[in-house]
Amino acid sequence: MNGVEGFMYPNEYALQWSVLIVLYPFITGLVAGAFILASLERVFHVEAVKPTYRLALLTALSFLIVAPLPLQLHLGHPERSPEMYFTPHSTSAMAMFGYVYLWYLMAVLVLEIWLDYRREIVLLAQSSKGLLRIVYSIMTLGSWNISERSLAIDNRVGWIVTIVGIPSAFILHGYVGFIFGSIKANPWWSSPLMPVVFIFSAMVSGIAGVMVLYMAITKLRKQSIDVHCVDTIAMYLFYVFIIDFSLEMLDLIHRVYEADESFRSLNFLVHTQLYISHIVIQIFLGTLTPIILLGITQVVHLPEIVRKRIYATAGCLTLIGIFAMRWNVVIGGQLFSKSFLGYTTYKIGLVSKEGLIVAVFLSILPLFILWALIKLLPPWPASSTHAPAAGD
Amino acid sequence: MSVLKDAGHLFRFAGLFVLAFLLFLVIRHFVVPPSFGQYGHYRGAAMGEIAARSVKFAGHDTCEACHVDVADAKKAGKHAHVNCEACHGPQAKHASADDPSAARPQLPDSTALCVRCHTASAAKPKGFPQVIPADHSNGMPCDTCHKPHNPGMDAGGAK
Amino acid sequence: MNISRRQILILLPAAAVAWKSVLAGTPETASNYTMSDHWWGMLIDIPKCIGCGNCVRACQMENDVPDGHFRTWVERYHVSDEDMTNPEVISPDGGKEGFPVAEEDGKKYFFVPKMCNHCADSPCTQVCPVGATFIAPDGVVLIDPTYCLGCAYCVQACPYGCRYIHPTKEVADKCTLCYHRITKGLTTACCESCPTGARQLVDLKDPKDPIHEFLKTHPVQVLKPQMATGSKAFYNGLDGSVR
Repeated sequence: MNGVEGFMYPNEYALQWSVLIVLYPFITGLVAGAFILASLERVFHVEAVKPTYRLALLTALSFLIVAPLPLQLHLGHPERSPEMYFTPHSTSAMAMFGYVYLWYLMAVLVLEIWLDYRREIVLLAQSSKGLLRIVYSIMTLGSWNISERSLAIDNRVGWIVTIVGIPSAFILHGYVGFIFGSIKANPWWSSPLMPVVFIFSAMVSGIAGVMVLYMAITKLRKQSIDVHCVDTIAMYLFYVFIIDFSLEMLDLIHRVYEADESFRSLNFLVHTQLYISHIVIQIFLGTLTPIILLGITQVVHLPEIVRKRIYATAGCLTLIGIFAMRWNVVIGGQLFSKSFLGYTTYKIGLVSKEGLIVAVFLSILPLFILWALIKLLPPWPASSTHAPAAGD
Repeated sequence: MSVLKDAGHLFRFAGLFVLAFLLFLVIRHFVVPPSFGQYGHYRGAAMGEIAARSVKFAGHDTCEACHVDVADAKKAGKHAHVNCEACHGPQAKHASADDPSAARPQLPDSTALCVRCHTASAAKPKGFPQVIPADHSNGMPCDTCHKPHNPGMDAGGAK
Repeated sequence: MNISRRQILILLPAAAVAWKSVLAGTPETASNYTMSDHWWGMLIDIPKCIGCGNCVRACQMENDVPDGHFRTWVERYHVSDEDMTNPEVISPDGGKEGFPVAEEDGKKYFFVPKMCNHCADSPCTQVCPVGATFIAPDGVVLIDPTYCLGCAYCVQACPYGCRYIHPTKEVADKCTLCYHRITKGLTTACCESCPTGARQLVDLKDPKDPIHEFLKTHPVQVLKPQMATGSKAFYNGLDGSVR
């Protein structure tokens, strides 16, 4: 049998969930993590990260818009997906998707962005021309009131929305962890830790993602990076990473110690097919290296330039590592047989509906949407007084 | 009431939600299949649709209703519990044809058919009758000596 | 399978009804079938299975099962008496064309037919996001092909590997316990074509069903009992090495 080693149940040879299903939790993870970073300033008054507040919200929105696409492309009958809204099955974690997504999109993200930008929207609606004027006017919902009082109300309501948004973000991404964690048939997935690991790795990826985007966009805008801001973000990234790494190690140690019926098969898998993606990329390159790099910046005082280089490197490695973690969970969980006697391989297509080209496109698409959103709703004032510092 | 004046935009936003929700309820009423929820969280009519699929194996009772002589011969021998279509394949078309004798199925080729069960293998249960075909019959069709419906050589099944 | 007089008395009227609907050309559920009167299961008798593959072929023909996918299949185990935890298992094309001849080597061989276990607490119906797969009131786990999204969550959730996504219809598919046959008083295609009676349909709600007697007098097992799925595929003589 092509690509199959040992014995697998005959229906198990081909993988059911492809790289697109790897992409989906990665994307919603970025959404949840970016939102948590934004909430640091809004709710926990960490003023240092304020320069990234609006960017984090727009990043979250860009990725959230793309999030349903990999799922729709995967479904055998995407035209039937409204059934999840009309007849959601209350015992299925997946059935939550429709409502949780809609809630998070409209009642959290869009509402919070709208409330924060409302003053600019009204002003832009009055000052722009043509199509943009129409777009902005629609976004005002017909209300042109930007008095002190109304803005104060917006601020208060926005604060409440952020408070509600934090558990909503956890549910948005945590339920995906539960989708995997609640499958008793698959020992690689079945674990009460799974939703927790997903949430913490989401926070890590979201924080790293916004940090990297902030640094990259600021550089493109030829502005200077607020060093105190990225220092603070890096510090939070470091601490959340420690928690995330501890959780993953707990899972690993528990697995090795208990050595249940699946252990021999899974252990073999990790040492052969998953060696590169799990040991090399996820653990060494994607977790230990960024943690060590960030740890160094926490204990040793390094010059700004060096710190920024480290943050950028650590941030990129983190993103790769968290993607690898999703890959190892989703793909890894399908590479071994439920008989624990065999293995198959994942043959990723190139041009197929769920192939590599589509996956790459879907990964880049949010960046284009973010660019459009930044143009439409600029996170920063039009002119800046800071010239780029050396080494940016 | 100035609160309302300064919070008017919030009510508009909420209003959008309410409108969307009402629209959703209306659409839902038309879209959800009528039998959904009849017996549980699924379309009740599905069971009838599945049950209405066509049958391809007629079932040995149907065969034996016409082929009484074969049924009697089989009952007396070692193949008593082997149903007709286990060897003859699906025969619902033949049984339900207006003129079954016009829709006569092709008789299976005993050289290929019998060895599927009776080729000796260490994997098969020890008590099961099995032979090494080459040693046993040297390529001769099995029905040269064995009557398929009553194959035992000793109990009057030999040819 | 020895057919007793009692069984003929039960089967003949049912067969007559079935025959009529078969003759009619457009089969419908027999009008005297009430779902709540039945609770279906299957008995698989391992010592009787000879690995001929008749069941796999019959199922494919009866249900138009696409190549490379299986609603039922047969596995062959090769187990050493010293180490039950490391069996050699093969299932060439699901056992559809039988198995290669095995040589005697002092180790144990046996065949294990597998299928959907029609679990009473099935994990697959639990995870379906829309209600496209369900357990019918008569105990058969079915898939509604007009409602299924093809998300494959149920395929992931089945511990026994009995589900697959149909390659052309793009919906989940699996053994239906030949629902279209058993509701007409016929038995499943696999049971009908099994030459040794290794597979027997059982109606757990029918006090006159002869398999009740068998279940009462023999130790029977289910696959992966630790999963607590309420499996209704009962195995006689299931070895501890079976996965």
